[in-house]
Amino acid sequence: MPDARYAISAIVVTAAVTWALRALPFAALAPMRSSRTIQTLSTRMPAGVMIILVVYCLRDLPISQPRALAPLVALTVTIGLHLWRRNALLSILGGTAIHVALASTVFAH
Amino acid sequence: MGLGFVPLGLAFGALAVQSGLDWWWAALSAAVIFGGSFEFLLIGLVTAVTPLASIALAAFMVNLRHGFYALSFPLHHVRGRLAKTYSTFALCDEAYALAATGEARSWSGRRILCLQLFLHGYWVAGATAGALLGSLIPEGVRGLDFALTALFAVLALEALRGLSGDLPTPVVALLSALAARILFPGQQLLVAFALFTAGFLIHRHLTHRSPRRA
Repeated sequence: MPDARYAISAIVVTAAVTWALRALPFAALAPMRSSRTIQTLSTRMPAGVMIILVVYCLRDLPISQPRALAPLVALTVTIGLHLWRRNALLSILGGTAIHVALASTVFAH
Repeated sequence: MGLGFVPLGLAFGALAVQSGLDWWWAALSAAVIFGGSFEFLLIGLVTAVTPLASIALAAFMVNLRHGFYALSFPLHHVRGRLAKTYSTFALCDEAYALAATGEARSWSGRRILCLQLFLHGYWVAGATAGALLGSLIPEGVRGLDFALTALFAVLALEALRGLSGDLPTPVVALLSALAARILFPGQQLLVAFALFTAGFLIHRHLTHRSPRRA
């Protein structure tokens, strides 16, 4: 297990980088706010970014192995639940529960 | 929507403790970083004792997307230096997804701050509880990390609703993500965001030119 000083430093370094990325562009990008293209991009960005992050989360999917089915089934359940009930908590909990159930039993390795 | 942070935080805290980190580490990470997706990744990086410079670079890559949020997050509604400072600090994916879309664009600064404080609070509470209860989870239980995938999937569906049938956006995003995964697995996120932005600009250029020529 890593020592406490290192583990805390890792948090501080990450926090500094993350905050800089969140705060500095407000000054740097301010002149671009009036651009129509930038405005349209900013309305499309949330959906695009979230889809990219879903694919990123599944980056280590072992496509050639049957245990790849666990996250795929869970993702289908999450999306299905959300289209059906549109309750974010239910969709997240339902999908995660299915994934834990599958990954811990049928597809445990 | 924000309540989704509690089970997600529970999963994060439990995963941290399962990986051999102390409970307070999860609580500190949740309070000080407040960037869920990278915090999940950080568990693996810290347990592997990755050099701090590599962690900084990885954090930069994964969280670079937050830089784009400045384009449409309504920070100008938030009044006061301290409030603005906190609002930029707590500008997580979900705060952005909720505050920068639809009718929320006209929210008052107070309401935006409240949203962020609640999200932050839920995240820290969830992470701390998950870390404290994590040791109770039996060894064989796996796959809690899927909570993050599920969260992003739900946020994607919500964001897509706001676009009302704009097909190119999800298609371009999906293709960008898959191309980046296959061609540049080491820099997947950065390449995917760059491709998505380029794809959007090309599509917009084409669709805005053709009617004028016809």
